Amino acid sequence: MNLQLTSDGRLRHLLTLDGLPCAILTQILDTAESFMDVGEREVKKVPLLRGKSIFNLFFEPSTRTRTTFEIAAKRLSADVVNLNIATSSQTKGEAILDTVDNLAAMHADMFIVRHSQSGAAHFIARHVAPHISVVNAGDGRHAHPTQGLLDMFTIRRYKGEFHNLTVAIVGDVLHSRVARSQIHALTTLGVPEVRVIGPKTLLPTGVEQMGVKVFHTMEAGLAGCDVVIMLRLQNERMKGALLPSAQEYFKFFGLTPEKLALAKPDAIVMHPGPMNRGVEIDSEVADGPQSVILPQVTYGIAVRMAVMALLAGTGNA
Amino acid sequence: MHASLPDVDPLITQLATAIAPTLTPDTVIVGIHTGGVWVAERLHAMLKCSLPLGTLDISFYRDDFSRIGLHPQVKPSNLPFDLEGRDILLVDDVLHSGRTVRAAMNELFDYGRPASIRLAVLVDRGGHELPIRPDFTGLTLVVPVHQNINLSRLDDGHLTLSLA
Repeated sequence: MNLQLTSDGRLRHLLTLDGLPCAILTQILDTAESFMDVGEREVKKVPLLRGKSIFNLFFEPSTRTRTTFEIAAKRLSADVVNLNIATSSQTKGEAILDTVDNLAAMHADMFIVRHSQSGAAHFIARHVAPHISVVNAGDGRHAHPTQGLLDMFTIRRYKGEFHNLTVAIVGDVLHSRVARSQIHALTTLGVPEVRVIGPKTLLPTGVEQMGVKVFHTMEAGLAGCDVVIMLRLQNERMKGALLPSAQEYFKFFGLTPEKLALAKPDAIVMHPGPMNRGVEIDSEVADGPQSVILPQVTYGIAVRMAVMALLAGTGNA
Repeated sequence: MHASLPDVDPLITQLATAIAPTLTPDTVIVGIHTGGVWVAERLHAMLKCSLPLGTLDISFYRDDFSRIGLHPQVKPSNLPFDLEGRDILLVDDVLHSGRTVRAAMNELFDYGRPASIRLAVLVDRGGHELPIRPDFTGLTLVVPVHQNINLSRLDDGHLTLSLA
């Protein structure tokens, strides 16, 4: 049984995009579209989740994701409680399910969970009472479904359709939960060519089995792309043996105006943030006319509103 | 039963005739999705309103959301004017419980503070559950609780009423 769906096929939790049907992804994107204008009104709120309590459970630090979840919940009129558990009782040794039980005893309706361990959100989803929904806001190297969805929303807004696109994901795919969610969403939505570009040490073995083409040079990989998605290179990777140096990485895989010129002239450039300027992306590209990095952040609010509204409307929360 | 329902076009003409003397330069017509928009489009053309037509999808304001969830096809609300100080003519196809109109008024106030709101409906079928009454009515009809009266639009744009 799919933990994410109700018996009649509606969204129950959002834990991963792997295995979610195209119809659900499209429903989320369409619902997000209808939330887009709420932020421009006199009163930037709709009353859908009035009286619901949403807990942002962040076991790992985050600025953008936590803030956009918080704004999204508030625009739906929910009450939001933010818990940065890295700095609270977990450091006193409280077990994760004890934390969850305590918050459930405070009448939580939804948990937004980020954790450095893969599977943490699934673990909580299996544990909670039937009226509580769980949204995975990033677990280890596994999944970051709302980021994947907001990226799809961005692509659809700029390119209209999925079925005629070539999309490249560049960089540290090995450690990236964002890349995994993007690949699942892109293939489900019918993108005919998904490419991953990166050094061998940063691409998972067998990544081809996810339905992507593998490239080890930007020159080959970027040619003819409609969408270029850059991944964050985490500095700690440099300390291991995976990469020689940030400068070396930038030379081969950093997105400069010259490398971007290999893609289609109207290609868009995306990045989930936070960016390492001068490591995976040149400032001239990040701030340039083809960059849609800031619109991604704005769209993230509408997409997270859609996810929370659909979950709450399943009759659980 | 179908034979007893009147044609829609004369009802809309009758509504327009009743509304015309009450129009002010600040009047905007706002239709509620989906049937209300069809009626509002006709009225907007007949009354030669200079301000653009507004449309509302009240899905985000329904009072039964937590029981039945989001409507599968939410259309964007489109109010291409400032609501502040306007006289709003709210248009729906069928008035039944009054809950849709309540939701529509809640949504309108999230866009600004209108000077007034009046309600025009094609059919008032009774069964009101809230203190909401139309200012302009095309047809008043008593429909049994277990039946629904629906407005539909044919491919040629023709509007028809049916009981189900």
